[in-house]
Amino acid sequence: MLLSVEDLHVRVEGKELIKGINLGMDYGEIVAIMGHNASGKTTLALTLAGFPQYQVTGGKILFEGEDVTSKSIDERARMGMALAFQSPPAIRGIRLGHMISLSAGINPWQPKPGDDLDLPKKILGKVNLDPEKYIDREVNVGFSGGERKRSELAQIFAMRPKLMILDEPDSGVDIDSLKVLGSSLQEHFSTTKCSIMIITHHRHILQYLKPSRMHIMSEGRIALTGSYEDLMPKIEELGYERLIKEAPIA
Amino acid sequence: MSGEWKKKYRIEALKAVTKRSAFGNDIDLSDFVTIPKGERELDEDVKRKSLEVGVDLGKKGGTYLQVDHSVLMSQLASRIKGVEMMPTDDALNKYDWLKEYYWKALSVSQDKYTAIAELRQTKGYFIRSAPNEKIEQPIQTCLYIGTEGVLQAPHNIVIADEGSELNIITGCTADSRAKTAAHVGVSEFYVKKNATLVFTMIHSWSENTYVRPRTGAIVEEGGTFISNYVMIKPVRDIQSYPTAHLVGKDAKAKFNSIIYATKDSIIDLGNRIYLMAEGTSGESIFKVVSTGTSKVYNRGQIIGQNKNTKGHLECRGMILCPTASITAIPELVAEHSDTELSHEAAIGKLQEEQLHYLMARGIQPEQAIGVLVKGFLDPGLPGLPERLQDEIRSKLAMLERRSSPQEPC
Repeated sequence: MLLSVEDLHVRVEGKELIKGINLGMDYGEIVAIMGHNASGKTTLALTLAGFPQYQVTGGKILFEGEDVTSKSIDERARMGMALAFQSPPAIRGIRLGHMISLSAGINPWQPKPGDDLDLPKKILGKVNLDPEKYIDREVNVGFSGGERKRSELAQIFAMRPKLMILDEPDSGVDIDSLKVLGSSLQEHFSTTKCSIMIITHHRHILQYLKPSRMHIMSEGRIALTGSYEDLMPKIEELGYERLIKEAPIA
Repeated sequence: MSGEWKKKYRIEALKAVTKRSAFGNDIDLSDFVTIPKGERELDEDVKRKSLEVGVDLGKKGGTYLQVDHSVLMSQLASRIKGVEMMPTDDALNKYDWLKEYYWKALSVSQDKYTAIAELRQTKGYFIRSAPNEKIEQPIQTCLYIGTEGVLQAPHNIVIADEGSELNIITGCTADSRAKTAAHVGVSEFYVKKNATLVFTMIHSWSENTYVRPRTGAIVEEGGTFISNYVMIKPVRDIQSYPTAHLVGKDAKAKFNSIIYATKDSIIDLGNRIYLMAEGTSGESIFKVVSTGTSKVYNRGQIIGQNKNTKGHLECRGMILCPTASITAIPELVAEHSDTELSHEAAIGKLQEEQLHYLMARGIQPEQAIGVLVKGFLDPGLPGLPERLQDEIRSKLAMLERRSSPQEPC
């Protein structure tokens, strides 16, 4: 098993936001996490990525069998866990091309023999950001919603992770960007078979990335688990709240 | 008799020889010597250290190199037309008219350092671009201290004549043989009508160098003076307050400073811009990262004295250690009702959100801090050729790969 989350409890500023989550992911699997706002989805993503503000008060996180619960953000990233941020910060003075190289473990200012210095160009092409225009842009500075999301994908593609955690890769993007994001992800998945945990509110992106399982979160717990084919129509028909209320207890 | 005309400056200087500077610590320069025993030659150390401050002595172009009191190189490739360069003394002998420029952009009696620079002058360079000549290739100059206990006191005069464009890169450095040294260089800049002068200075002194540069600029109608300053190595104590006088209509001055303050450096830098003529504008942008127990003062003063003038001061500071300090002292002086002056200062710690973002890409925290510091200081200096921008960036990149900025805390 690639990822195993066991009875996870998380506190942020004294408030328990994750109240006992169990969850597993296999190699090459796509899992979708859905749920209403403030149900704990982003908290789960940032906890998995190791953000220190998200204090694990119970349970553990195993990645490839290794307990990573107390590992730092960068250690987890180097082990193969990559997070695409929902709202990434803008960073003045750092060029996107350099950021992509750094994400691939290449020091763009002091490359070693064998480092692929064309990587930023190639990867920007994959997410449909014209390298000519974007390679020297400062990371996320003045980027539109769609550009930010594509910049996120470019960076985590460069990391060649085993698990991608995508925190709402489709929020705040227009339909054209959504298509680009969807097909980039689809292509990346088909060539790498990298596992994907995708947090989303919408079905559109899931048409590109068909999850084998879906979890619906509510109040810091996984309230429902099922297949995409089974749950998606029900979500659309009933909404999260009614669906959770009316569903038989798992 | 040659030198007779200088007498009045010597008399003025003698009166000011104990006059403290308005800012900074008072430095006793009496133990430093201007002419050391034994002369440094153009050895590998000198070549390597010069390169560190952006001056490539192997390059065929225009290069002036002064080590201690000796001019080791002052040459211009024959293909570089429209510009002349020579030691200031030679130029004063050659051109009688140059006397009219001597001590005109600043006063010899400003303080003890200008006085000492006059009384104990050690060479300096004269550079002049001829009218309407656009000198594309930067002229490089290097003021180098290579002997223990030396006081280097060059007097530089730069004239960008009418309609010309001139780009100068100056590297100032001290090597390991000059552990304790002092530098009181005087620089006078004259930007004539519609001329543009871009002057980039990279300082890389040793940890026990005392530095008191004194700089004045006079910018005529339609002229532009851009001064870029970069310092990323520790220094004992530096204080400088270059002043630009915008005397002609629509003249412009822009100062950009990039400072990485480490160890126990004391850095007191400012810029003053007099918006004297109608339509003049000035800007000073100061970016500083402070670590260790360094103390940084950023002074800035813009004085609006005529109509339709505009000035802006900006200080952006990042403080990485609890023992470091940054003080921003902006001053705006409006002496005319039709002047528009503003300032902006923001000092804070490294943004944790940005650090975590980089770490989430697998970058170790030490490297991530280096990358962020470098990004914060990234020049984007106007008027500089991309090659030099890249050189400055690669120097900043050394921060990222050589040192952990957190370490000196």
